[in-house]
Amino acid sequence: MRTMKTYTKEQRARRQNVTAWLLVAPALTFMLVFTVYPIFRSIYLSLTNYKLGMQAPEFAGLANYTKLMGSKLFWKVMGNTLYFALITIVPSMIGGLFLAVLVNRKSRATGFIRTSFFYPAVMPMIAIASIWMFIYMAKNGLFDQMLISLGFEPMNVLSNKKTVLPAMAVMYVWKEAGYLMVFFLSGIQGISEDVMEAARIDGANAWTVFRKITLPLLAPTFLFVSTIALTNSFKLVDHVVIMTEGAPSNASTLLLYYIYQQGFTNFNYGLSSALTTIMLVLLMIVALPRFLSQDKKIHYN
Amino acid sequence: MKKKVALALASTMMVSAAVSGCGNSGRAVAPETKAPENQAETTAASAATEAASKDALHLTFYYPVNVGGDAAKLMEKICADFNKENPDIVVEPVYTGNYDDTVTKIQTAMQGGTPPDVFVSLATQRFTMASTGMAMPLDDLIAADGDEGKAYIDDFLDGFMEDSYVDGKIYSIPFQRSTEILYYNKDAFKEVGLDPEKAPESWDELVEYGQKLTNDNRYGVGIALNSGSAQWTFTGFCLQNSANGENLATEDGKTALFNTPENVEALQFWLDLQNKYKIMAPGIVQWTDLPTQFLAGEVAMIYHTTGNLANISKNADFEFGTAFLPGNKRMAAPTGGGNFYISNGISEDRVQAAWKFIKFATSTECAAQWALDTGYVATRESCFETDLLKKYYEDLPQAKTAYEQIAVSKPELTTYNAAEMWRILNDNIQAAVVGDATAEEALANAQEEADAVLEEYQ
Amino acid sequence: MNKKILNTGITVFSILLGLLWLIPLVWLIGTAFSVPSFHMTLFPTTAFTLDNIYYVWNAVPFGTYYINTLTLVIVTFVVQFVTSTMAAYALAVMDFKGATLVFAVIFMQIIIPNDVLITPNFMTLADLKLVDTKLGIMLPFFGSAMAIFLLRQHFKTIPKALAEAARIDGATTWQTIWKVYMPLAKPAYLSFAVISVSYHWNNYLWPLIVTNSPENRTLTVGLAIFAKSKEANMQWANVCAAAFIIILPLLLAFFVAQKQFMSSFVSAGVKE
Repeated sequence: MRTMKTYTKEQRARRQNVTAWLLVAPALTFMLVFTVYPIFRSIYLSLTNYKLGMQAPEFAGLANYTKLMGSKLFWKVMGNTLYFALITIVPSMIGGLFLAVLVNRKSRATGFIRTSFFYPAVMPMIAIASIWMFIYMAKNGLFDQMLISLGFEPMNVLSNKKTVLPAMAVMYVWKEAGYLMVFFLSGIQGISEDVMEAARIDGANAWTVFRKITLPLLAPTFLFVSTIALTNSFKLVDHVVIMTEGAPSNASTLLLYYIYQQGFTNFNYGLSSALTTIMLVLLMIVALPRFLSQDKKIHYN
Repeated sequence: MKKKVALALASTMMVSAAVSGCGNSGRAVAPETKAPENQAETTAASAATEAASKDALHLTFYYPVNVGGDAAKLMEKICADFNKENPDIVVEPVYTGNYDDTVTKIQTAMQGGTPPDVFVSLATQRFTMASTGMAMPLDDLIAADGDEGKAYIDDFLDGFMEDSYVDGKIYSIPFQRSTEILYYNKDAFKEVGLDPEKAPESWDELVEYGQKLTNDNRYGVGIALNSGSAQWTFTGFCLQNSANGENLATEDGKTALFNTPENVEALQFWLDLQNKYKIMAPGIVQWTDLPTQFLAGEVAMIYHTTGNLANISKNADFEFGTAFLPGNKRMAAPTGGGNFYISNGISEDRVQAAWKFIKFATSTECAAQWALDTGYVATRESCFETDLLKKYYEDLPQAKTAYEQIAVSKPELTTYNAAEMWRILNDNIQAAVVGDATAEEALANAQEEADAVLEEYQ
Repeated sequence: MNKKILNTGITVFSILLGLLWLIPLVWLIGTAFSVPSFHMTLFPTTAFTLDNIYYVWNAVPFGTYYINTLTLVIVTFVVQFVTSTMAAYALAVMDFKGATLVFAVIFMQIIIPNDVLITPNFMTLADLKLVDTKLGIMLPFFGSAMAIFLLRQHFKTIPKALAEAARIDGATTWQTIWKVYMPLAKPAYLSFAVISVSYHWNNYLWPLIVTNSPENRTLTVGLAIFAKSKEANMQWANVCAAAFIIILPLLLAFFVAQKQFMSSFVSAGVKE
């Protein structure tokens, strides 16, 4: 037993401050160096023309941004990024909810189907993309072979500007829907059984219960899941690196891939930083509703 | 180290009968290497290397491999052989992926302050290497070797040596070099009544043959139009269509010549193969898929690298031939592939060691063996005098086409900021292929983008 | 009666859908273990072989890559474990000046994942001379907002009275964390372990950018080298074999402990 010293309230508060900061310091340092500092560094570098072979960045004002605004390719990339987000998020959320409802039933098959929906989520995107690249391979790939055996023309989906992103989206939904499923599942299971039971006693059929009770009560889950899904769709580009490198004709170039390409193939750090800054703005816009909702609370308690 | 040598040894037995290794290192004078059995020899040698390696000069060597895993083992063997012969130097080979990845890796390593001492990168990277000060000119090293140095350089095939120069200085030494040839299915030729010994020699014949060869299950012609491949084949077509032999860029690498009427014609010809004559698959066929389609009998003639010869001759269950690329205004083909470079700013003893290694790896025996094992074209005239290659050509006459075609071959698109320029050209070619633009619009757009990139060099 | 039929119908439908979801995995495994053929089929039509696995394992130093990935995953987790526990404790239990600032930084990382900061973070590594090192791959992840948040939420549910009691017993801050908080927050730690391990096992772009030499490459980078080698042919058998080698450990772990995996993924989605 150590002797307990008595401290004044102020001394204790000061001591607590010091201890707390010491505890926070290691994690905070890493976050400052690798999250906060790079954000500001990107913003700064985006105002320079820094590129490979230069000793130091030269200030260039908004040149990178004006260049991007006037570039058809940039707008195409932005369009692709948003389009890809849309065609992945909507189906994978609907799919995730649908799967959650399927899996939430009492049935012997639940274990099996839950596993088979979720397993893609634990596989690396790079492995998935490598496999799907062959599934989508022209003519001899699994997908085209299946089409042929069903009497259709092979599609060579990755080489067609209209089908390349949807094809990637199918792969993405396959990976993501099971992942989102678990959020919906936990949301559904969080809804009190009493409420459901009461509704059923009132004579509501399953569809009405789902529409009138489950869906509204899942609103916070929806909001949350859509944020994750959007952020994921922006930050995952491994499939582009492996499957197409942006082809054909940049129809599959997404923003982060474009950042990578400008930064690490062309070594235009200035331009790459400007693109990074734009990405930061996008991500903040995505996060906005979640922060606003914290005040408003769309929870139904 | 031991493991690597053992790997190299295993691969030697697996891949080819390269028992002696290049440079006859098996008979090197060091006493440790005289053990009678291969196994013992290698172990002893690696032990010697390890003992020596403490104070030996360690060189980092980056290299790409585009032809699958075996070539990486061969490269490790070359390094092991060199290390055996030069106990005071240890070359550490680092496999850095395909060419594009390697370009990226060399540059990120330089940025990160740990550049490789010596590396193989695309010949087309030399302007960038020179302008950013990443690679050093080799003229002083060559001059220091006196007559031997001159003879060494003169021995390289002109078609390859041509793209080693920047502003009159030699920045790189040809190493794994390839050219594009026409592979054709002789059985298919016979089937439609074409002479299997006579491949198409002109664009007109290509169309004519292609039309005969195309049926419901087979296309006549195959060209890979994906990024990273389209620009290579396109160089060939542009050269074939060029009255004065002009390439896609000026020789100083500072000006792109994308939208000349001749080049627009060349691109239009591609589009016609797909849309007008319908003898080539629509859309974009991948470089890696094309040989498989050829082997499966789904396309009768393909434009592909000599580097694929080993694969095709191994897997073809039909008779195949190789031929020069069909010409138009002239016969022509693109060369490509990787050269040796030495990093700028490394110490003098490292430069000397790196230079020694380059000379070893490009020695007549080594270059011949490398060509034999990988399917690349041997880079030196003297290689073709070796028994090794003579026998190879006897066994596989199709291999000779590439060598003979070098006389009419020219380097692929080479400019400053090469990676970016390739991307621009590829993207716009694809835009035309997928129907976003006409041939003329696509190349005009490519020209505009290229001019913007190259503006700073004017 | 009708309801029963409907129920069975839904079950059959779910099973079919589940089987559909399994197609890529079935094809992957079948292809990895059979002789390559020109045309792909869902189920292998050619003979069983181990050649693909054998070839891939020897063509690329997968042994080294395995050790590298394991090292990265473990070291990253251990460091995150320590830094996050400390920070989470401070944020959950202690009132201190500037806590808002720390929260601001945490939210920043939750909104802006490191994945998108590749360009500036690479430059920082270059400044620190850490390009092509394992430390360089891990460093940006040593401070994990997700882990801190997850642990803090869990710590907050632990009654402060327990900590107070420990303090009165003379326990130091360390001892309080070690003896009281950590044992009680086991589920949170488990979740965070699953998330951290699967994220770093699967991460690709950043290790690709940072590593140059095989000594430091990860499994994902090794696989990509295979998938992207430009002049190999009919290599899907090899790529499937390589993919199989990479996904096997996590997939097995998942099949064994799927409930844990799923609840971990749920709890990692930071809940307000």
